[in-house]
Amino acid sequence: MEAYLDNAATTRVADEVREIVDRVMETDYGNPSSRHQKGVDAGQYVKTAQEIIAKTLKVEPKEIIFTSGGTESNNMAIIGGALANSRRGKHLISTRIEHPSVYNPLLFLEKFGFEVTFLSVDAYGHINLEELKAAIRPDTILVSIMLVNNEIGAIQPMEAIGKLLHSCNPNILLHVDAIQAYGKMKLFPKRWEIDLLSVSGHKIHAPKGVGFLYIRDKVKLSPILYGGGQQRDLRSGTENVPGIAGLGQAAARIHRNQKEKIAHMEQVKQRFLERAVRLEGVEDHSGEAPHIVSLSFRGIQKSEVLLHALEQKGVYCSSGSACSSNHPSVSGTLKAIGLEEELLSATLRFSFSVDSTIEEAEYAVRVLEEELEKCRKFVKR
Amino acid sequence: MEYKSFLIKYAEIGTKGKNRYVFEDILCKNIRSALKRVDGKFLVRKEYGRIFVDCMEDYDYDETVEALQHVFGIVGICPVVVIPNQPWETLEKELITFVDDSYLDKNFTFKVNCRRINKEYPMHSMEINVEAGAILLDAFPELKVDVHQPEVMIHIELRDNIYLYSVRLPGPGGLPVGTNGKGMLLLSGGIDSPVAGYLVSKRGVHLEAVYFDAPPHTSPQAKQKVIDLAKLVARYSGAVTLHIIHFTEIQEAIYQTCPEDEITILMRRYMMRIAQYLAEKNDCQALITGESIGQVASQTIYSLQVTNAVCSYPVFRPCIGMDKQEIVSLAEKIKTYETSILPYEDCCTTFVAKHPVTKPKLADIEASEALLADKIDALLRQAIETEEVRKLW
Repeated sequence: MEAYLDNAATTRVADEVREIVDRVMETDYGNPSSRHQKGVDAGQYVKTAQEIIAKTLKVEPKEIIFTSGGTESNNMAIIGGALANSRRGKHLISTRIEHPSVYNPLLFLEKFGFEVTFLSVDAYGHINLEELKAAIRPDTILVSIMLVNNEIGAIQPMEAIGKLLHSCNPNILLHVDAIQAYGKMKLFPKRWEIDLLSVSGHKIHAPKGVGFLYIRDKVKLSPILYGGGQQRDLRSGTENVPGIAGLGQAAARIHRNQKEKIAHMEQVKQRFLERAVRLEGVEDHSGEAPHIVSLSFRGIQKSEVLLHALEQKGVYCSSGSACSSNHPSVSGTLKAIGLEEELLSATLRFSFSVDSTIEEAEYAVRVLEEELEKCRKFVKR
Repeated sequence: MEYKSFLIKYAEIGTKGKNRYVFEDILCKNIRSALKRVDGKFLVRKEYGRIFVDCMEDYDYDETVEALQHVFGIVGICPVVVIPNQPWETLEKELITFVDDSYLDKNFTFKVNCRRINKEYPMHSMEINVEAGAILLDAFPELKVDVHQPEVMIHIELRDNIYLYSVRLPGPGGLPVGTNGKGMLLLSGGIDSPVAGYLVSKRGVHLEAVYFDAPPHTSPQAKQKVIDLAKLVARYSGAVTLHIIHFTEIQEAIYQTCPEDEITILMRRYMMRIAQYLAEKNDCQALITGESIGQVASQTIYSLQVTNAVCSYPVFRPCIGMDKQEIVSLAEKIKTYETSILPYEDCCTTFVAKHPVTKPKLADIEASEALLADKIDALLRQAIETEEVRKLW
């Protein structure tokens, strides 16, 4: 049996998504900027995707700009937002548990005279609203806070954050990295007073290489890519029409009976978790998100060995997050929630999707129990 | 001006007496096989003690030279301009064009060396040497003649066609692979073992390789890295058959049964035994390792003696007297270095003791192995039976 439980890293492309991607590549391959019919046809796919996505967020279609994925969306929001508003100030606020695609653009801006305050989080990965309030300065122009943490699944109180922020200063831009949140919970960018919101396609069964950024109407943003002026001059470059069409389809699919789908993920997660936490020496840091489980294992030196042991039995998970695996240092989030040193490198993430099944969860936890015991025998003496 | 042919120079194989034709044929075969990586049609032929690579259609010069520079046995590669047979009056002009196109800066000393294989040609080679020298000096006043140590030797070969060449690019040297049997390389994923494989292969030896995989203690990336390294070595050695041996159970048994400080040396001994078994089964005549005296605990001269004790086959350790930096330089040269330093563990650190023995005694090690007596045969058999074989080039 195989249990792919690394859906927070990436997901399998859904069949209906693959079909539309195929159709665009095979038949409707025009460039939306072309004046002939093939161009018009291609443009329709982009428009349709925009409409579908706008509907899922209850925003306007023109507020959706397509990008190459989560990293570009985050870069565009942070760098583009900071540059366009730097006359009002050069202070930014973020948290200690952001994804590298938020954290590193912020470090980049620091080199150009911007100042960044990083908020701490508690043991559950939640920021403190008082701390946020205290961090706001007259020259604060942008706040970037992730909605669902990619490593532990903690959810930030975004509605309260938006209200707090804009009651202090309505001009502060609120950017939300919603890459792990979109399709996993209901999102209300307008009600929550979100100005910029990043989403990646391949986390919701669309192909890799496509994503979008919601940019609230009237928000000033400098482009970070310059060229032919596509997408209202905000994001130059010929639109990735097959990817965008696929993203639209994936967004529609994931929001069809969304309530049931989220409940299903939650159920799979709970089934896995309730058995996993009963195993000896297991500590659970999983947050509120319906699809992410984070477990630390006492008596394991390197969770990667356990990861490969599970892999041999067809159970795929990840150590830290796939993105931080490129720099095999310990995870930022786990450190920030105050995990003890010994457990930092003994933690695995299991993440589910709408396609995960109860059987997979049960199988995985069974395998986990067996392999955990085996791995504990082979630690450095 | 376009090079239409390459003259291949080889050194040592010229000295091998009656075997010479065998060596030449293998070299031709290896050249053909190396050129399969390059777009274009090439004719590889032997002619009067020379090997020529004729380019039969459009080809990429740099790629072709690079492919040839990976063929052991070649010491020099001369790009040749081929022109139709013609009288001296017109040949003169071709020669001037050739020199003009080949060298932007004419400030060098030269000598002309003519070989007249076509005895019908009306001028003798000595006459041509003198005449050619004179007209080149006329055409390019910056040139100087030096008949003893010229910076540039301009060759004119009169055959069915006329061949002009002066540039000589270095080849990798060595002997053609396939002229000297086959060796079994223990490939770990580190810096040294690919270099060891390269060095032995350079003496004409075909390579097979063995990698000891220990999932879950080692990662799929570590295995892929070894596969990539075998492919890089195969650019020189020709196709490498890689044997992947599932070593986990043996490693775990050692860990659970034997003294901690001996784990590595015991592992090495079982690896050598398996490698020797594979060598025998696959018609290899020797084992090859990347060991270098004193580099790590398992490579002290004492450890090497204890490891070597399980082998009846010769074990070639071409890096044995090299410093790490020398090995690194070679790895950089053969382009395995960057892959070798990718940070995937080859054998999990779990199984490396904090203070491994550096002066193991054979009797002690054998006593530790005796602790495994009841299960090791089954484990070795199982490891060999689950062998995965990949042919890589």
